Amino acid sequence: MTKRTDAIVIGAGHNGLVCASYLARAGMNVVILEASDTAGGMSAPRTLGDDYHFPGLAHVACPVSPAIRRDLKLERYGYTPGKSIDTIALAENGKHLTIGSNSISGDGLPESDGKAYTEFRNQYLAFARTLRPLFENKPPRLKEIPFADKATLAKLGWNIRFGLGREGMNEFLRVAAINIYDVLNDTFEDDSLKGAIAVDAVLGSAMGPRTPGTVLTWLQRLHGELNGPLSLQSGGQSQLVHALTQSAEDAGATIRFNAHVDRILVDNGKAFGVELTNGEMVKARIIISNADPRATFSRLVGAPLLDTMFANRVTEIRGSGVVAKLHLALSGIPEFTGLAESQLGHRLLVAPTMRYVERAFNHSKYSECSEHPVLEVTIPSLHNDALAPEGHHVMSVNVAYVPYDLEGGWEEKKSTIAYKVISQLGQLSPNLTSLVVDHEFLTPRDIEEQFHAVQGHWHHGELSIHQSFMMRPLHGAAQYDTPIEKLFLCGAGSHPGGGLTGLPGRNAAKRVLELGGAK
Amino acid sequence: MTNSITIDRAHFRRALQRTPFHDRFVALSTAEEWMAWNTYKVPRVVDKLSTEYFAVRSGCAVMDLTPMEKYRITGRGAREFLDRLVTRDISKLRPGRVTYVVWCNDEGRVIDDGTLFQFAESEYRLCSQHHQLDWLLMSASGFDVNVEVETHDVAALAVQGPTSYSVLTAAGINDLEQLKPFDIAELHCGDIPVTVSRTGYTGDLGYELWTDPAHALHLWDAIFGVQGRFDIHAMGLSALEMVRIEAGFVMPGFDFNTTESAVRNGYDRSPYEVGLGWVVNLDKGHFTGRKALQAEKAQPARRRLIKIVVDGNKPVGEAFIYTGKKGKLIGEIKCTTWSPILKANIALADIDCINGHLPSTLWARFDYQRELKWRTAWAECHAQSKPFYNPEHRSATPPATC
Repeated sequence: MTKRTDAIVIGAGHNGLVCASYLARAGMNVVILEASDTAGGMSAPRTLGDDYHFPGLAHVACPVSPAIRRDLKLERYGYTPGKSIDTIALAENGKHLTIGSNSISGDGLPESDGKAYTEFRNQYLAFARTLRPLFENKPPRLKEIPFADKATLAKLGWNIRFGLGREGMNEFLRVAAINIYDVLNDTFEDDSLKGAIAVDAVLGSAMGPRTPGTVLTWLQRLHGELNGPLSLQSGGQSQLVHALTQSAEDAGATIRFNAHVDRILVDNGKAFGVELTNGEMVKARIIISNADPRATFSRLVGAPLLDTMFANRVTEIRGSGVVAKLHLALSGIPEFTGLAESQLGHRLLVAPTMRYVERAFNHSKYSECSEHPVLEVTIPSLHNDALAPEGHHVMSVNVAYVPYDLEGGWEEKKSTIAYKVISQLGQLSPNLTSLVVDHEFLTPRDIEEQFHAVQGHWHHGELSIHQSFMMRPLHGAAQYDTPIEKLFLCGAGSHPGGGLTGLPGRNAAKRVLELGGAK
Repeated sequence: MTNSITIDRAHFRRALQRTPFHDRFVALSTAEEWMAWNTYKVPRVVDKLSTEYFAVRSGCAVMDLTPMEKYRITGRGAREFLDRLVTRDISKLRPGRVTYVVWCNDEGRVIDDGTLFQFAESEYRLCSQHHQLDWLLMSASGFDVNVEVETHDVAALAVQGPTSYSVLTAAGINDLEQLKPFDIAELHCGDIPVTVSRTGYTGDLGYELWTDPAHALHLWDAIFGVQGRFDIHAMGLSALEMVRIEAGFVMPGFDFNTTESAVRNGYDRSPYEVGLGWVVNLDKGHFTGRKALQAEKAQPARRRLIKIVVDGNKPVGEAFIYTGKKGKLIGEIKCTTWSPILKANIALADIDCINGHLPSTLWARFDYQRELKWRTAWAECHAQSKPFYNPEHRSATPPATC
C-alpha cells in the first residue's frame, strides 16, 4: 500500500461503516478490515440454500438518526426508512391484539387500555426525547468536566426539568431506574398488551420484565422510534448497509473483506496497526475497533498490555446473549389462526403475558431453554418477493430466551430445540410445519462464532444501568478513546449501545476528530 | 489458571497462630513483649532491645520471618505476569537471584513492595509485607500462571549481622562463601535441606533461611548450638524497626499509605513520592500503572518521603516539619529512631514540594517529655540521599570471617 493509512476500522458492521464514513469525509484515509466476506455485521443479509434470503440478525429496526442520514447522504445512496409495521400480539385463542405506533385494537381489549396506551406512549416518547442529548453525544465525564460535556449535561438537565415540566420530571425520575413490569401493571389491564410492550423492553438483553432498569432499556428502544416507526429490514442487500457502504466508499474509505484481525499492534502504549490472521500487518495512525470491547481488549490487545484493574473490569463486562435466530424457508404462505394474510407482514409476537416472558427468562438464568420461549416472528418475503422463489417465503424468528451456555452444551440439543420452536409456531399456524423446506437455527454460540460478538450478545454487552452512559462499556473507555493511545471503540459496546442506530459509530468518529484525527 | 490455597481450617479457634519457632522464642523471652504480625504471635522484644539491636550491628541476630506473606508463582506465563505486575525492569533476574520490587494499581499508586525470588525458569516466590492474594489473582487473569499462598508452608528465619556468615558456617551450612547479595542457594544444614538467600531488612550482612516447617526447630537448634562461640541473639520486631530505618528501608502501610490502607482519595502514594522511583522503569514495556506514572513524571514533584537527620539528641517521635524555625508547615515525620551506632536522630519524613522542589531548609517541631513535663523543641533537619548506615561488610563477598 503506497498511500498512508490514517485509520483502520475493525469490522464493517453498520457502526464501523458509519464511523469510517465520517472520518473519510473529514479527509482521513480509512481502511475497514472485515473478517467476513460481506459488510453489515449483524445486519448483513444471509442466504439459506441458494434461493432463500434473510435480512440478517437484525430483522426489524427504526430509521437511523436524521443527522447520520444527512451527514452521510444516505438517501442519495438509496436509503429510505422502511414502511411502518405494526406489532401483533398473538393469542392462542385467536383474539390477537394489534399494536400500532399510536393506537391499539383487539377483541376484548379494555377501553381504558386504549386511552391509556396513547397517553403512555406520548409520555415515554417525551422521556426518550429528554435523553436525546445524552444518547447523541459522547457520555459526559463527571470529573474534570470538559466544556462539551458540560453542555450535554446542561441540555439533559434542562430537558428533564423544563422539557418535561415538574410532574413529568417527577415521573421520569420515579421510573427511570425501575422495572417495566411494575410500570405496565400500574398502567394497563390487558395481559397481552403488557406482555408485548415488555418484550420491547427486554428483547436482546438478559433481563426479564421484572429486572430493574428495564424502563431504561425500553426508553432506548423508544429513542429509535423518535427517528421514525419500526420497519422490516427486507432489502435483498440490506438497504441501510448498502447505502452506508456506498457512502463510505464514495468518501474514500476502502473495505477489505476476509481480513480477519488477530491482534492490535501496540508499541509503548500506543496502537500502530493490526496483524491479520494470515500474518499480514496493516499499519495506521489510529485504530478504531467496532468489535465487542471484550474481544477488543482481552483478545486483540491482551491483558499484558493493559493495567490490571482495567483488564479485570473488561472480563467483568456482563453480556451473555439470550436470543437465538430461527430462519425458515417455506414453500408457501403460512396461515395463522385469526390473522388475515394482509396482517402477516407485521411483526408477530408470542409473549401472551409478562409472567410468560419472565418465566422464559428464568430458565435462561439457569442455562436452560424454556419450553415456552418468547418469539418475534417476521415474514420478510411479504415485503420483498425477491427474497424467495415465487410462491415461497422466508420467515425470520427471534427466539428468547435461549442461553449461551446451555446446560450440557449445544451440540446435541440444538436441533431438538429448533424443532420445538417450529412446533410451537405450528400451534399458531397449523400449516407451517408442512411448509418448512429448510431451516437455520443460530444459537448465541453460533452468533458468537459467526459475528464475533462475545457470548453472542447483540449489544456487545448488556444494556444495564451499570454498563450505560459514562460506564459503557466500562470505566476508562467510556468516551470511545481507550487506555491504549490511538485505539478507539466505535461499536455497540460503546454508548449509547446496540440497535441499528449508528450512534456509537458517529459519536466515536466525532471523538476521534476532536482528539486530533490522524495527527 | 488454577489456584490452590492452603488454609488451616481451625485457625479461627486461636486468635494468633504460632510459628514453628514459637517454643524457642517462649523459652528465651524474658521481656514477654508479644505482638501480632500477619496473624502470628511474634516477639516485639525477646530479652532487651539494646542487646538485640547491637546483635544485628555487631554480632548475629536471629528473627522469625515466617509470618511474611509468601506467594509461589509458577507457570509458563509467570515471567510475563510478573513483568506486568511490578514497576521494575526484571529482565536481568535469573534463577538463583532475588530482586526488590514494587507494584502499583492502575493509578500508579503503591500497593506494596517485596522481594522476588527466582528459583527456576518458571518458578518464583514473591514475599510481601501485606496480604496480596486478591491483587495477584486479579492480575493473573489473562496469563498462564499459577499463584499459590505458601506463607504457612514455609518456615523462615532471618539471620543478620556481621558474624552471620560465620555463625551459619559454624552451624553446618556450607558453601555460603561465594553467595553474593541477592543470591539464592539450595543448601543443607546437616541433613536438612534449606534454601538460603543473601537478603534482609537490616542493612547489614545477613541471610534469610527458608525451610520446611517440620525442619524448623532443627535449623534453629543448629544455629543456637554455636552460641557459645558467637554472640547470637533472638530478635524481635522493635530492633528490626531501628535497623531498617538506619538502612533507609521504607515500610508500606506504615511510612506511607498504600492503596489498601488509604481511605480517602489522594492519601495513597506513588513510588516516586516515597523514594522508590529507582525501581520504576517506564521504558521496560507495559506494566500496571505505567501510564499514570508516565503522566506523574511529566509533572513537577508534589511530595517526597525523604531521609533526614534531626539535630540534637532529644527523642523526636512524631513531629511536624517546617520550612524554617516558625516557617511554613510542609510535612511530617513518618518514622524515626535514635541510631545508637550513628549517635543521631534519624527519620523518614513526608515533605511537600514547593514548585516541584524540596525546600532547602527543614526544621522539625516536636514535643518531648522531661521529668514528665511536656516541652516543645525545634531542631534543624538535614536531608540525606544515601542510607544512614551502609557498612562495607554488608556487601563484601566472601564475607569477613570472625
